Amino acid sequence: MNLGRRLLISVPYGWLVVLFLIPFLIVFKISLSDYAISIPPYTPTLDTSEGWSGFAAYWSKLDFENFVFLAEDSLYIKAYLSSFKIATIATFLTLLVGFPFAYAIANAPEEWRPSLLLLVILPFWTSFLIRVYALIGILSNEGFLNQFLMWTGVISEPLVIMNTNAAVYIGIVYTYLPFMVLPIYSTLEKLDGSLLEAAQDLGCTRISAFWSVTVHLAKPGVIAGCFLVFIPALGEFVIPSLLGGSRTLMIGKVLWEEFFSNRDWPVASAVAIILLLVLIIPIVLFQRNEQKQREQNK
Amino acid sequence: MNTAAPFEPWTDETATPLIEFSNVTKRYGEFTAIDQVDLKIYPKEFFALLGPSGCGKTTLMRMLGGFETVTEGTITIDGVDMKGIPPNKRAVNMMFQSYALFPHLTVADNLAFGLKRSNMPKSEIDGRVEEMLRLVQLQKFAHRKPHQMSGGQRQRVALARALAKAPKLLLLDEPLGALDKKLRQETQFELMDIQEKTGTTFVIVTHDQEEAMTVASRIAVMDHGKLKQVDTPDRVYEVPNSVYVADFIGDVNIIEGQVTKVQGDTAELLWGEGKPSIRGMAGNNLSSQTSGAFAVRPEKVAIFTEEPADRHNRVTGMVEDIAYLGNMSTYYVRLENGALIKSQVANDRRIAHRSITWNDTVWLSWTDTAGIVLAS
Ligand SMILES: Nc1ncnc2c1ncn2[C@@H]1O[C@H](COP(=O)(O)OP(=O)(O)OP(=O)(O)O)[C@@H](O)[C@H]1O
Ligand SMILES: [Mg+2]
Repeated sequence: MNLGRRLLISVPYGWLVVLFLIPFLIVFKISLSDYAISIPPYTPTLDTSEGWSGFAAYWSKLDFENFVFLAEDSLYIKAYLSSFKIATIATFLTLLVGFPFAYAIANAPEEWRPSLLLLVILPFWTSFLIRVYALIGILSNEGFLNQFLMWTGVISEPLVIMNTNAAVYIGIVYTYLPFMVLPIYSTLEKLDGSLLEAAQDLGCTRISAFWSVTVHLAKPGVIAGCFLVFIPALGEFVIPSLLGGSRTLMIGKVLWEEFFSNRDWPVASAVAIILLLVLIIPIVLFQRNEQKQREQNK
Repeated sequence: MNTAAPFEPWTDETATPLIEFSNVTKRYGEFTAIDQVDLKIYPKEFFALLGPSGCGKTTLMRMLGGFETVTEGTITIDGVDMKGIPPNKRAVNMMFQSYALFPHLTVADNLAFGLKRSNMPKSEIDGRVEEMLRLVQLQKFAHRKPHQMSGGQRQRVALARALAKAPKLLLLDEPLGALDKKLRQETQFELMDIQEKTGTTFVIVTHDQEEAMTVASRIAVMDHGKLKQVDTPDRVYEVPNSVYVADFIGDVNIIEGQVTKVQGDTAELLWGEGKPSIRGMAGNNLSSQTSGAFAVRPEKVAIFTEEPADRHNRVTGMVEDIAYLGNMSTYYVRLENGALIKSQVANDRRIAHRSITWNDTVWLSWTDTAGIVLAS
């Protein structure tokens, strides 16, 4: 490899080291420390004036106590499991909504497609927080949705959606929809229409041709979309805190509370480290899916 | 064919066609893609659709497959009106121009795709797949995915897949378009072989007239959604029914003029003041005293250095160009009226013609039955 290429590659790696690896190591170090009423709110801190013996003393005080604590207190395990459940259900719901979207766009007249795609991406032009606040205005007891439903006479009492898991699902589906639609669209758009005709020619009805060809070939897009929704949804904090109720248990919320309400940085860091380790599994699976797709497209 | 009698069901009034188009028209909005087509195709035929790009070949074929609706008229297959019958309910399979192999399935699974959706018992499917793989000599590739194969191999998979369900009728839309010339010729013979072995009726679309001549039992020459001529390859070549067909199939010399005499199956054409008229076979529906054109193939035009006084058809001109093609030479001769006539001569008689060179005045001649006088 020549020097120029090495330099070029070193840029993203440098970026990753500075903005990911170093912060990660700092957080990891804090997770091995103990809670203390001080600034910063943990101990030990490294005293460089003591030289080598200071470092040895510092090193000896680090331990995995916080991780043991997380394993022993069922709250955390429950929070992880509950996040996992909510993220899974929300991903599935996003898929149910996103697939027809992507399918409709891919089958729209070619000159419409860019505009339709733009409409899907358009909400990204407003801040995420504002969009979630706007949902409160729609979903609350006096919100637009209830007003509308009562006006049409479908219901007489307002539906309680806000501060329930249902509101969290609606929030996740709404905010992450483009992450589902775009990868599915990109696989459906490439789909050769003659494959569907070939399937019909070989004995499929239109519907079975859709199942055995379109759905099969959209699989890589579906998998990519599901990961792109699932991974951020798992650690989601804003949506459960703003839309969810006190009973909505998600690890992102726990993390936030440990950090800001309890000011227990070491436990919060341990929660974050575990979350990261848990996420590595789907991220690796996602990468493998992408790799496989690239090989097929060659 | 083992039978002594030639295979010519189209001459037999009592034969029942497999496919019948009656007055079929297809319009896309205002545009007429197929214009009042009447056509009968018989079982076991190898039928070729030939014509320039955009003349409606694919459209005609897609109507047979059930992928396009018919605007007017009826299509029957095996005596059954195909109106409203979807592709999956027709005993027809199509080999797509793009092959349309399922990229997520192996070759064997591609071949089994149609079989699994038919009423073939599960236990027989593997055997049939094996048989089809053998037919197209791809046994070793059963477990490959389409993207791991060459263009020629994919094309054979597509053919095998279309044949797997043993359809009554196989439609092939430019099946050999992606192949190089050598592979193309090999595959043409392979196709004919397979057609004969399986006894399936083939309808093939092609751009390539040589290909149509090689494989087909009959050829339909199309233009602007109409059938110009439907005939055997040799008749399309020897007795075209119009200048269009004569010009479209192979190389031809056209001399325009006035039809002066039609008598039985010979006709005469006056092509220049004071010149002796040209004599040839009379084309269809030719009448005297109308304008017409004489068509003769270059290989039927002989070239002489002296006037061949014993021949009726003789014209004189100057050699403008000579193309040496190895086994053949083509002489381009400019007549006095400006027409350029080609004469193609086999080079086994090379010595006799060695003397002819550029700018020589030569005589061209052909027999009374070599060319045909057509209405224009
Ligand atoms: N879906 C359609 N809508 C409108 N016009 C069409 C459609 N399909 C085909 N045509 C027109 O019908 C005519 C015949 O098309 P067709 O595809 O049958 O031609 P072809 O003979 O197969 O040509 P090629 O040799 O280029 O494949 C063309 O002029 C084409 O533009
Ligand atoms: Mg075509």
